[in-house]
Amino acid sequence: MERLAWRQVLLPVLAVVLGLVSGGLLIFVSGDNPLTAYGGMLEGAFGDTDAVGRTLEKATPLVMGGLAVAFAFKAGLFNIGGQGQLLLGASFSAWVGFRFGLPAPIHIPLALLVGGIVASGLGALAGLLKATRGTHEVISTIMLNFVAANLTDWLVSRDGPWNDPDGGALARSPLIQDSAVLPKVGGLPTGFLVAVAAAVVIWWLVSRSTLGFEVLTVGANPKAATYAGISVTRITVLAMGISAFLAGLGGAIQTLGVNERFEPGFNTGLGFDGITIALLARTNALAVIPAAVLIGAMDAGSTLMQARTDVAPEIISVIQAFVLFFVAAPSVVRWIVRLRTGDDDRAIDLGAGWGAA
Amino acid sequence: MTTTSPAPTSPASAPGSARSLLGRVRVDYRILAGLAVIAVAMIIAYQWDSQQTTAVAARTIREAAPLILAALCGLIGERSGIINIGIEGQMLLAAFVGFMVASSSGNLILGVMGGMAAASVAGLFLAWTAVALKMDQIIAGTIINIFGLGVTSFLYVQGRTMPSVPNWPIPGLDELPLIGSMLFSHGPLTYAALVAVVVVHVALFQTRWGLRTRAVGEHPSAADTVGVRVYFVRYRNLAIAGMLAGLAGFALLQSASVFNRGMTNGKGFIALAVMIFGRYRPFGVLSAAVLFGFFNALQAQLQFRQAFDIPPQFFGMIPFVFTIAVLAIAGLRTRPPAAIGQPYEKE
Repeated sequence: MERLAWRQVLLPVLAVVLGLVSGGLLIFVSGDNPLTAYGGMLEGAFGDTDAVGRTLEKATPLVMGGLAVAFAFKAGLFNIGGQGQLLLGASFSAWVGFRFGLPAPIHIPLALLVGGIVASGLGALAGLLKATRGTHEVISTIMLNFVAANLTDWLVSRDGPWNDPDGGALARSPLIQDSAVLPKVGGLPTGFLVAVAAAVVIWWLVSRSTLGFEVLTVGANPKAATYAGISVTRITVLAMGISAFLAGLGGAIQTLGVNERFEPGFNTGLGFDGITIALLARTNALAVIPAAVLIGAMDAGSTLMQARTDVAPEIISVIQAFVLFFVAAPSVVRWIVRLRTGDDDRAIDLGAGWGAA
Repeated sequence: MTTTSPAPTSPASAPGSARSLLGRVRVDYRILAGLAVIAVAMIIAYQWDSQQTTAVAARTIREAAPLILAALCGLIGERSGIINIGIEGQMLLAAFVGFMVASSSGNLILGVMGGMAAASVAGLFLAWTAVALKMDQIIAGTIINIFGLGVTSFLYVQGRTMPSVPNWPIPGLDELPLIGSMLFSHGPLTYAALVAVVVVHVALFQTRWGLRTRAVGEHPSAADTVGVRVYFVRYRNLAIAGMLAGLAGFALLQSASVFNRGMTNGKGFIALAVMIFGRYRPFGVLSAAVLFGFFNALQAQLQFRQAFDIPPQFFGMIPFVFTIAVLAIAGLRTRPPAAIGQPYEKE
């Protein structure tokens, strides 16, 4: 058992190391010193309490985005609508945050919940379209990303209902009230704890609950699930709804804990990051946390890296791509490090869900 | 999984089924009805305001062109049994390499070739991961997307320029009212998109290459049994499809004239929608892309003119809401090639 656990960690770790080496080669080729660059990145991510706080701050929406993608995968669904769901969650939690005056123990959970629930509606819609009309969720969630982006842009635009009256021409919402702000404890964001709790809940849901079993069954074989009396429609809608709830909650946490207002166009690319993290974690809810912290650390450290070496922060996307490649190609990793072949690196298969309309 | 709706066995005189020339052109009549409504609306609108209508018509095709090329890239891949969600990344790589080559050499032809080569290499990478590594193809496509966005943003430097892509109005035809601006006064890559539809259709349904491709996509072990080299077909087709994605990427440069970070802005994904909406058929892709292009052009024009007192963001939603609505109302349950996404294991 212990050996197996070790080997399961070994491959992702090797993948990350090889990804960093590949990125380092690119940095070297473009004329900088990779060691200085990575040194700066490491210091920027973990150098002091502030840095760690920044890393966890960056990691928080990534945990949620990763969970959203990972959970949908369990039901054989590919949710690439994380970006739109995050925007909805962020904007509606900001609305609850600035519009209502409530005591903090009610205000914070209410704002988080409203953000998550509104976002879950967007996901459930995609699930419903898939289950009843055969509209592929990859298409509908992408389209809904653009719809959500436009909608939230309008909400806080100058003609929109949630525009900041003190913002002049700026498209943004007013600041949320103090009672809605997710506090920092000792420089560390409490939002991260909410994300960790969400990961534990999802882990429990998937591996220990009846709903989780139904979700896994539908994901493995919808026909068998129907035969066993599980409503594929119900599970598809529910799974997409929960997945979108997670992404929306990520947006809400970001709003209440970091931005303290809604501004359009923040955190673009979360959809992609969520996919990387879910795959790096091999769709395991608990493994999403370290995967998100890793990507969050690169993100947080990239500013100092750029200040030290002139290496553009975009390098972290390239590193991410390499990491993802090595995670998904264990045979290449084994070939590079001359590792014995093991039977534990089961391939991840998502393509099966592609055509099942 | 549901089957396709009963294939309309249309008589040769039915619209869109030029049997003699192109063989079987199966048409989805729901898409065709949509196009017909748009055509009639255009003609009526033309009587009312010829200038605006012409602008929308020309823009429709211009907007559709990169989507057509990108969707055909996806189509060839899927017809060969490989899901390609990395088109977005392929287009970005092609636009970047194409721009850099055109900018440093001053030669557009070299630029196009560079872009095609870049996207083609990405296609070969996808084929390699799918065939040799048996990697999950959704992941492989995601890798291409993330790598494409990351590496082009990382290497991008501001301030470079490239020669602008010329417009090629076709003498005589471009003077026609409405149709002239719509079809005959575009840049070379827009024409390339329209030609590619016909070429891919004929190749897919009339040639040995097409038969083998479809066999590999539907039933690779049967194809293998009769001597089709499944792996080779997949490598070759992904390389060819990549070139189309390369043209799609360069088509973005045709209108923008400069490379921008993340300039694909989701077009690679919209192309996937176009491909599925077009039911994995080249003419279906054309129709779906034109529909999408029309609503994009319409919203741009309405927004530009401020024709109604409606916030611009709502116009911006039109193409996306429309795509979802059409898919939902028409309930187009598509049947993708059977062997899609599955690695083939030689026995």
